[in-house]
Amino acid sequence: MTQFVVEDLERTLAPFRGDASAILRALHEVQSELGFVPDSALDVIAKTCNVSRAEVYGVFTFYSDFRATPPAACVVKVCVAEACQANGSREVVADLKAQGYDVHTRKAVDGIQVEQAFCLGNCALGPAAFVNGQPIGRATAESLLAAAREVSK
Amino acid sequence: MKVFVPCDSAALSVGADSVARAIEEIATVKGLDVTVVRNGSRGMLWLEPLVEVETSAGRVGYANVSANAVATLIDSGMLEGAQLPASIGIVDNHEWLTRQNRVTFARVGISDPQCITEYESLGGWAGLRKALTMTGEDVVADVTDSGLRGRGGAGFPAGIKWKTVVNATADQKYVCCNADEGDSGTFADRMLMEGDPFTLIEGMTIAGIAVGATRGFIYIRSEYPHAITAMNTAIAKAQEKGFLGDNVDGSGKEFHLDVRVGAGSYVCGEETAMLESLEGKRGTVRPKPPIPALVGLFGKPTIINNVMTLAAVPMIMAQGAAAYQALGHEKSRGTQVFQLAGNIKQGGIVEIDFGITLGDLIDGFGAGTHTGKPIKTVQIGGPLGAYVGTEAWPTPMAYESLAATGAMLGHGGIVVFDDSVNMAAQARFAMEFCAEESCGKCTPCRIGSTRGVEVIDRIVAGDEQSKNLELLEDLCEVMTDGSLCAMGGLTPLPVRSALKLFPADFNIVSGGK
Ligand SMILES: Cc1cc2nc3c(=O)[nH]c(=O)nc-3n(C[C@H](O)[C@H](O)[C@H](O)COP(=O)(O)O)c2cc1C
Ligand code: SF4
Ligand code: FES
Repeated sequence: MTQFVVEDLERTLAPFRGDASAILRALHEVQSELGFVPDSALDVIAKTCNVSRAEVYGVFTFYSDFRATPPAACVVKVCVAEACQANGSREVVADLKAQGYDVHTRKAVDGIQVEQAFCLGNCALGPAAFVNGQPIGRATAESLLAAAREVSK
Repeated sequence: MKVFVPCDSAALSVGADSVARAIEEIATVKGLDVTVVRNGSRGMLWLEPLVEVETSAGRVGYANVSANAVATLIDSGMLEGAQLPASIGIVDNHEWLTRQNRVTFARVGISDPQCITEYESLGGWAGLRKALTMTGEDVVADVTDSGLRGRGGAGFPAGIKWKTVVNATADQKYVCCNADEGDSGTFADRMLMEGDPFTLIEGMTIAGIAVGATRGFIYIRSEYPHAITAMNTAIAKAQEKGFLGDNVDGSGKEFHLDVRVGAGSYVCGEETAMLESLEGKRGTVRPKPPIPALVGLFGKPTIINNVMTLAAVPMIMAQGAAAYQALGHEKSRGTQVFQLAGNIKQGGIVEIDFGITLGDLIDGFGAGTHTGKPIKTVQIGGPLGAYVGTEAWPTPMAYESLAATGAMLGHGGIVVFDDSVNMAAQARFAMEFCAEESCGKCTPCRIGSTRGVEVIDRIVAGDEQSKNLELLEDLCEVMTDGSLCAMGGLTPLPVRSALKLFPADFNIVSGGK
């Protein structure tokens, strides 16, 4: 799973060569390519951007988007911010937990992983969610899992 | 015949894509001459997916259309504009829209947001073309005279900021658009980027040319994938048509624009943290001074403005500063794009002159709660904004009048809660959110917020209540006074207001113990 060809990654990151301001963009690039940021990719980024590994690691850990391990086949992001709380997101999160999907442990069950997000910009039609990037409004645990099963089938 | 089905991601979240597909499929089967246009959203989000059919009388709307219902609707005459249970009549005549004053949002929902020729025919590029005939100083003077204030939260006059940048001497200057829109209850920036991206491009180009900045960046949060795609597509089109690049609209002036994407950090909406992030670093807040207008991105003079601020500029240039200045309330000039969110029956975009009362927004436009239960509280201005009760209904919505009541307008988001909300849980969440999103630079924000969660838990549990109430008050004071930015500095606002308005939710025993 964590296999990747260093040369491929170097090629992907070529536009960032020598550019210390490209660390964040490089991390995005790696994650969009591989689905996560393997530890050894941090070295490739450091070398490409001509910065220390510590700097890359610091950026990697600061931003909650980046993952160190591969995502499940389907990632459900549920908004837990105030406007969605007002529409029952706490209940959605609790219902999901009762079915084994915990937004805090983010443990994958049957290829589905549920995470929390703080506002998805759909605050009038909450609870809002994304199922593998597809927006879902007025979400319930059932509607999310149905959409997720459709995706991870 | 033209049929409009919004491509806005809020509409997509309730099935707009499958509705569009269903209409196209049925039209093909029946051999009907139908063109499905993917417009932006009108902002009447509770009606999405809102399908509009072009008729000789105007565009007739059909609300909450589902893919399953399309066949029946078409058989019943939807494509001829028939009066059906789902129809809301001519959309332009809908009271929700006619009562508004759409200036920044004038084009959103009307057309295909990615059609650059349609943009021009709807008045696009007029502001830029006017600005290209003027000196930079005169453009800045117009922005100042318009009274435009920053819509990202602080309400700082845009013209003053621009003036600092135009007067600075440097080999490179930048324009950065803050599209981080992290506040819960806000989505105006997203809807404009998805629904009228060229307006933002035009506003940024005017800013760049006025102050002599040849490069611009739009910093968009990663939670907005549709807005990111929309902006990238629109930028490529604007480049191709010569509105961006080395020779903007044949003027010989240069402006290049790129999108940068955030990575799930709320504090990166703070302008100096955003600059750090744009430089590829951890999003930690920089002390001010120096101000970004002088020492900004890569140490160069930089304009930083919110999406709504920059998107107001084309209209100000095209129609004149006086026209914009004529709108508004006291020192809040122009219109505000309010966002009605949370537990509200009619949620969406209300763009109207500053000065409308909170009560009119919520009852008049919002029509009460979605659940039908009574309203208990409203949070204005995002997670760092105060909770208010219905006693605040008469407050005119403007910067100073809200500040006078201890609240703040922020980015104009209004989140409604019904009477099932527990305010101790909301106060606790405010502290939790601060702990989660703190950049870590100041102890009161980083550690104080975690202590805050614990103290609130003890108060609610009835554990040494009066002592812990005092402790919470102390903590709030230290956070307010000892934080470098508003993340730690304003978190006490929702906490204190919740406690003050709804002590019973904290199980407060009068007199304490
Ligand atoms: C924690 C925090 C988060 C912020 N988030 C945003 C944001 O998402 N969008 C925004 O435009 N301004 C945000 N701001 C305000 C910016 O720091 C800055 O004032 C604004 O971008 C300036 O643009 P304006 O003058 O056009 O409002 C935030 C401020 C703080 C303290
Ligand atoms: S108040 Fe919080 S977010 Fe702001 S600079 Fe201090 S630690 Fe960072
Ligand atoms: S608060 Fe949930 S989408 Fe904005």
